[in-house]
Amino acid sequence: MRDFKYFRPRTLKEALSILTQERAKVLAGGTDLLVKMKDGLLRPESVMDISFLEELKFIREEEGMVTIGALATHSMLERSPIINTKAPHLAEASRSIGSPQIRNVATIGGNIVNASPAGDSLPPLYTLEAELLLESEKGSRIVAIEEFFTGPGQSIIEPHELLTAIRFKAPRGELLTFFQKLGQRKALAISKVSVAFLATCAADKKFLRKVRIALGAVAPTVIRAREVESFLENGSINEEMVDLAAKLCSEEARPISDIRSTLVYRKKVTGELLKRGLSQFIEGVIS
Amino acid sequence: MKIDITLRINGRSCTLSVPAKTTLLEALRDHLGLVGAKEGCGKGECGACTVLVDGKAVNSCLMLAAQAEGKEILTIEGLSQGGPTPLQRAFVEEGAVQCGYCTPGMIMSCEALLRENPNPSEEEIKEAISGNLCRCTGYIKILRAVKKALEER
Repeated sequence: MRDFKYFRPRTLKEALSILTQERAKVLAGGTDLLVKMKDGLLRPESVMDISFLEELKFIREEEGMVTIGALATHSMLERSPIINTKAPHLAEASRSIGSPQIRNVATIGGNIVNASPAGDSLPPLYTLEAELLLESEKGSRIVAIEEFFTGPGQSIIEPHELLTAIRFKAPRGELLTFFQKLGQRKALAISKVSVAFLATCAADKKFLRKVRIALGAVAPTVIRAREVESFLENGSINEEMVDLAAKLCSEEARPISDIRSTLVYRKKVTGELLKRGLSQFIEGVIS
Repeated sequence: MKIDITLRINGRSCTLSVPAKTTLLEALRDHLGLVGAKEGCGKGECGACTVLVDGKAVNSCLMLAAQAEGKEILTIEGLSQGGPTPLQRAFVEEGAVQCGYCTPGMIMSCEALLRENPNPSEEEIKEAISGNLCRCTGYIKILRAVKKALEER
């Protein structure tokens, strides 16, 4: 690894000022950045370590809005009572990332800005229609998560901007959620396919109202499965519906073949993961 | 660029001056002579470099030494300062060490688990060591050792 100029801001204000003056790579948890630097894929001249910005390490709910500081770790998310009640599938996804050691330092902000279509926290955030707060010395802007990514590893964030928070409206009423993924093994494997599901429903948890489905690792960015969503909305879950939804979902995925899997397999698995997730609701085993 | 870092390692305050790119693992091994934590993959996949930072298990190969400024680091050497702990003794008695390369990391991951959850289930033990690879594949013995340590406390 090449040596670099190291900046360690203690406040957000200081961090934004450094970003204006220096083309610094931002280091949060470091679990993606340091691997890329060790591999020589990135050779930054300056690194700004934001891991000391205590003000970005929080998860809170105010007036029906859940806000997560960009430096909240996956460990914080998996244990948070707010996330476990308002977005259980985000807690589930956080729990499935990397290993305990990785989750203790890797941050949700890092997972987003890294912009991998296989980033496991992203599909749940798509279903929550989350918004991202990007701040710079000149001002701030709020971007819908779906507008943020432009391709694998690509996003609209400017070099002088910092992602500081993620927020979403806490879904109201009865919820059905799941996060399903398939990788080579449970720990430390990058997902071949992941599916996040969020539905608001009637009190009996059978009739679905609003449905949001997002698919990971099957397109250049995470995508919403909008056809499946409208197919399932305002209907009940039964075996026939689940089978049809799974077929539709496989069709909506547009994966590629790469080192981790093939196009054909990924399409098939996308539908299968949706089916697995939905089936637990038919059998009445509601988590 | 040289950075001055002050941190606590195994209960003792220490200051070092290292290049910015130095990982915590390199600082421990090459600058402080604490060679218990090992480098396996160097990319957070194997857990051989696991140490506790402020009580939490982390991969010291994926943390800059500079990020450990002001933090409390516990390595395998610090764990056994007053003689082997019940967990360490159980690893020896159950033969959960085999070649020994993964052992410091395994023990630190289990130590982090027991500090947070004094009465873990088998599933929880497996989850706690899911980021640690043993290439002798002695996982059964490792599980047995952790359970033994639980019984004997």
